[in-house]
Amino acid sequence: MSTSETTESRSRGKAPAGERVADWADGRLGIYSLAKANMRKIFPDHWSFMLGEVCLYSFIIIILTGVYLTLFFHPSMNEVEYHGSYVPLQGQLMSEAFSSTLHISFDVRGGLLIRQIHHWAALIFLAGMFVHMMRVFFTGAFRKPREINWLFGFLLFVLGMFTGFTGYSLPDDLLSGTGVRFTEGAILSMPIVGTYISFFLFGGEFPGVDFVARFYSIHILLLPGIMLGLVVAHLILVFYHKHTQFAGPGKTNKNVVGMPLLPVYMAKAGGFFFLVFGVIAVIAAIAQINPVWAIGPYRPDMVSTGAQPDWYMGFAEGLVRYMPGWEINLWGHTLVLGVFIPLVLFGVVLAAIAVYPFIESWVTGDKREHHILDRPRNAPTRTAFGVAWITVYMVGLVGGGNDLWATHFHLSINAVTWFVRISFFAGPVLAFIITKRICLGLQRRDKDKVLHGRESGIIKRLPHGEFIEIHEPLSQDAMYTLTAHEQYKPAEIGPTVDENGVERKVKASEKLRAKLSKSYYGPDSQIPKPTVDEYKEITSGHGHH
Amino acid sequence: MFAPADKAQAEESAQSLTIEEGKKLYTVGCASCHGTDGQGTSDGPSLVGVGAAAVDFQVSTGRMPAATSQGAQVPKKKNIYSQAEIDQLAAFIASLGAGPNVPTKDQYDPEGADIAKGGELFRNNCAQCHNFTGKGGALTKGKYAPSLEGVEPKHIYEAMLTGPQNMPSFPDTTMSEQNKKDIIAYLHAVNSDETENPGGLELGGLGPVSEGLFAWIFGLGALIAVAIWVAARTAKARKS
Ligand code: HEC
Ligand code: HEC
Ligand code: HEM
Repeated sequence: MSTSETTESRSRGKAPAGERVADWADGRLGIYSLAKANMRKIFPDHWSFMLGEVCLYSFIIIILTGVYLTLFFHPSMNEVEYHGSYVPLQGQLMSEAFSSTLHISFDVRGGLLIRQIHHWAALIFLAGMFVHMMRVFFTGAFRKPREINWLFGFLLFVLGMFTGFTGYSLPDDLLSGTGVRFTEGAILSMPIVGTYISFFLFGGEFPGVDFVARFYSIHILLLPGIMLGLVVAHLILVFYHKHTQFAGPGKTNKNVVGMPLLPVYMAKAGGFFFLVFGVIAVIAAIAQINPVWAIGPYRPDMVSTGAQPDWYMGFAEGLVRYMPGWEINLWGHTLVLGVFIPLVLFGVVLAAIAVYPFIESWVTGDKREHHILDRPRNAPTRTAFGVAWITVYMVGLVGGGNDLWATHFHLSINAVTWFVRISFFAGPVLAFIITKRICLGLQRRDKDKVLHGRESGIIKRLPHGEFIEIHEPLSQDAMYTLTAHEQYKPAEIGPTVDENGVERKVKASEKLRAKLSKSYYGPDSQIPKPTVDEYKEITSGHGHH
Repeated sequence: MFAPADKAQAEESAQSLTIEEGKKLYTVGCASCHGTDGQGTSDGPSLVGVGAAAVDFQVSTGRMPAATSQGAQVPKKKNIYSQAEIDQLAAFIASLGAGPNVPTKDQYDPEGADIAKGGELFRNNCAQCHNFTGKGGALTKGKYAPSLEGVEPKHIYEAMLTGPQNMPSFPDTTMSEQNKKDIIAYLHAVNSDETENPGGLELGGLGPVSEGLFAWIFGLGALIAVAIWVAARTAKARKS
């Protein structure tokens, strides 16, 4: 009955246009059931969960501004004489790529602003990915079932680096040309295959006449295409796995507490897009970036001091700058270790963070799903590893700018380089030890807070003259949050004799694993959580301690 | 007063008077390091044949007299001599042995020079030490090529002519007077208070390092602040 009634009422008064369009689409795409399943997807609120959005929005901004730039950029190395409106380059010979970049900067409406938004957004995109990756790392969000998404993310970071690098090289200016030359050097340092790869990439001897056009298709088509696909896959997986959350009352490994995707989260996310766009646009409007007109066109016979790549390639630059210039001569061939070792290290440093989740799950033997995040202090070994990794990365960045530190702090560049060399080895070790200690200290403080309450700052004098500070007990919620984490026991090597009493061989990998597990969860690596008994004993006794 | 025939003689005696004065100044301010006759000591090189241009450059930019205890490189500082005294010192040292003369205004005045050509010459000959637009750069062991911002045209010319300290010299035989003017004009265009930065703040003109720092601190920093602000403003869950 009710059905016919509704049809009747429909046929009498027309439904609103929006509804009719939606009905039309539903009949063909089944959007209602999709929406029903997903519109109330929950997304928890925490600022650090918005870092991924910063990446997403800057990526979108990069694509939009990039499309505008392609309308005016000429990816060609043909030589032309410049006659545009920038006087200090009048009559200079340069590639069409360079002259079209000047054209965009000075003669296309809004061109310079768009160029600057594009470039600033790229720097911020990479910085955003770095911090997003670190938040995922330090909270343990990469654990099962999110390992694949971690890898997708990591790939995005690496591809982002190369997309940035190829884009930076397109204007064919003296700065980026020096960077391409540097890259050619790194490729040439690869034993046996280096020369072939270089000739293949540049279509012959460097610089040739091809690389701008080739980098162009890599920069605007190949890499962004792959990245777009990966971003979509990344987001689908975030959606599918649901977002993680920090521990707290009512939050379990099986639920997600937060705001529904529609309308609250979408409204927030939409607004946030414009905030991100706004911040980047303001920066691009007030601060100049990559002024290619001042840098001048690339010529292989010229080079300038102070030539650095954009920051995300800075640690690779640093590796080469602080590596001693070793080389070996073998049967008439030169192996340039001074460049080849940094090239290998570049891969090793990146790979170290990428594979970490798999190493951790092997060491802990933990195969369960985790949807509750760790507070970094409660995973001291992981946190210490992360800080050590960041230290290596930062040491590379400092090394990449060694000349500027030297001139700006009136130091000797040799001293800076030696400092960086020593830090490369000592820095991560120190960072590891110090971070672990800080984590344990924080764990101890949490335990004290749970057992003895919060320091209230109120000093009381007892009748017999003693001064004590009143400790307020924590709320139930706070106490739950501080004790919700799980503490593991170090994995032992299983029984060394089998059921027949025969001694079995303990594999070296098993021993290693037991050792690592001990360093993760042994008594030196975690402060036992307060137990209920401990709590009762203290609180039932006297009110203070 | 003088008959024309005496003019040359009078000039000569005026010249020798200047040299005389210069020698006095030299003995007080310079001889301790460069030796009584400019022959050099363990504290300073010989000045025989360095020419008036070198003296004018070194003393007007305040490099000379050097401080007794030096770092890796004699730094630029406030000049303590008047131009007349500098001319006297220059005349004295030029009298020790022939060397490049102080350039005249029409030699170094960049009016009408070719800026673009100057840029090309600068990138080819100077940028490897002084950076693309003359912002300066590091050399080994604490030595450095200084920033060329605000250096007077005359001193730029003299620096090229005489090659102070670790800088090579570019005599007229390798770089013509016109080319030097072009370089001076270029530096004026890209590295002076009249330089225009159409893109906005120059951020020190140091390229990707300062840009990267700016992107992290002001770009990502601002975005994180905004994220914290947005996350703190949550909606109240509606009971349904
Ligand atoms: C404290 C020692 C000291 C004093 C005083 C000093 N000089 Fe020097 N001077 C040096 C040193 C050292 C150098 C070499 C710098 C270098 O090239 O690294 C030098 C270099 C020079 C040069 C450049 C030589 C060249 O080859 O181009 C000139 C010109 C010069 N001095 C002039 C003077 C004059 C004029 C005075 C006095 C006003 C003076 N110096 C006072 C130590 C001194
Ligand atoms: C090998 C590196 C090198 C090259 C190449 C070089 N310079 Fe220099 N330049 C220096 C150093 C080092 C100094 C500092 C000398 C001193 O303090 O006495 C200097 C000083 C100068 C000064 C004086 C700056 C001041 O603050 O007084 C000028 C001007 C200058 N150079 C211009 C040039 C020009 C123009 C070229 C190219 C034609 C050039 N330089 C090429 C290393 C270099
Ligand atoms: C194009 C670049 C990237 C975009 C657009 C992006 C986007 C996002 C978004 C929107 C989220 C959900 C919100 C959040 O947790 O912040 C997310 C989650 C996640 N990202 Fe990324 N990300 C990118 C790069 C990376 C990188 C470099 C990594 C690490 C190597 C990574 C690993 C993860 C993981 C594991 C999650 C799940 C986190 C959780 O559920 O707690 N992503 N990403």
